[in-house]
Amino acid sequence: MKKEQSVSAIKEGTVIDHIPSNAALKVVDILDLRGIRSIISVATNLTSRTMGKKGIIKIGGKNLTKEEVDKIALIAPDATVNIIKNYDVKEKIKVAIPTTINKIIKCSNPNCITNNEKSMATKFYVIRKRPLKVRCHYCERNMDKEDISLL
Amino acid sequence: MNFEKQDIISIHDFSKQELLFILKTAKLMEKKLNPNLLKDKILATLFFEPSTRTRLSFMSAMEQLGGKLMGFATAKMTSIKKGETLWDTIKMVEAYADVIVIRHPLEGSARLAAEASSKPIINAGDGANQHPTQTMLDLYTIQKVKGKLDNLHIGLLGDLKYGRTVHSLVTALSHFNPIFYFIAPQALQMPQTYLDELKEKKIKFFTASNLLKVSKKLDILYVTRIQKERFADPVEYEKYKGVYKLDTSLLPNIKKDLKIMHPLPRVNEIDPSLDATDHAVYFEQAANGIPVRKALLALVLGKV
Repeated sequence: MKKEQSVSAIKEGTVIDHIPSNAALKVVDILDLRGIRSIISVATNLTSRTMGKKGIIKIGGKNLTKEEVDKIALIAPDATVNIIKNYDVKEKIKVAIPTTINKIIKCSNPNCITNNEKSMATKFYVIRKRPLKVRCHYCERNMDKEDISLL
Repeated sequence: MNFEKQDIISIHDFSKQELLFILKTAKLMEKKLNPNLLKDKILATLFFEPSTRTRLSFMSAMEQLGGKLMGFATAKMTSIKKGETLWDTIKMVEAYADVIVIRHPLEGSARLAAEASSKPIINAGDGANQHPTQTMLDLYTIQKVKGKLDNLHIGLLGDLKYGRTVHSLVTALSHFNPIFYFIAPQALQMPQTYLDELKEKKIKFFTASNLLKVSKKLDILYVTRIQKERFADPVEYEKYKGVYKLDTSLLPNIKKDLKIMHPLPRVNEIDPSLDATDHAVYFEQAANGIPVRKALLALVLGKV
């Protein structure tokens, strides 16, 4: 099966599968993979039986933590994360939306201090997971999924 | 219950017990003068946006407890104009004062200030978000004039869409099993998110645009100003500004012991002819800012 081949193609590291095709590059940004020195392959528009088109990211030599995995839940809620050891899937991590979201999304309220104070980190509380609804720790406004944008 | 070094940022941060404890402390402050309670303590009032009554009542409360004052009443005089961040401003002020009261036009500013400061921060209004000390003095007033907070029929009238005081008051009163009557033109009605929250908490509410339809049921009528500055379009403002004008013609349609509140300033929502009636408690409400703010200052400084 094609999927098996993709996963076994690296010896050590992490494979993130079932990313929506248009979100693969965003996942690279969120996980800050551009600064990593090991081999990273990003594929988009692969054929998927369940999703139609999908993206895959393979990161050699790096095991993602649960916290890092949860970061991508906002844009790839159905992604599966496989930790690879010696060509085998050692662990499968289910992506889950965290209870607080730090730094990665922007408050939609232009009058929020986070959009005005220099180099300030954002923080949100998840008040509903599906569909996603969050509350800004600072201005206390609620945002629905359609208002959420990544920083 | 210990509030020493705590910040007062949002009404959402307070449990029912904590609110009742603050009201109890305010009552003690009203009964007994404590002219030396906060001797040698310094309050900094940082008003990045103009305010008369809130600033003056904090200053008066601090003076009455023997404390000292410093601060500014407009951002024009400060380094903000030179591009200083709020974080840096607070870091500087915390070295000079024991407690800091802040009003700022941006929402969330008080929360950020609290994170920057090791000294307690009291939010005196952050944009359209929170003004918790106003809510506490509103609760104090209701408790005082009705003798209780539980099971009251509470009408809120005016700009319920943008009114910060209304939103916070509804949140706070939700601890006390109220029945709410939201009276406003459709375009200025209570936002759906608040109504959804009330439904979740199983709190009864009614919406109406005509006050007379519900006025006979009310124990409290909380009137708010329709604020010009909230309207992007002045034509819209003109449409709504005079919708509600309470005067003595209302008297046959209300309970004998209805109390009318208003956070002030009023424009023309309440005719002065009502001032002399037993229903009007808005000036008493403004005066209640003093014991409540005294209590908060003393509590966060660990002196009660």
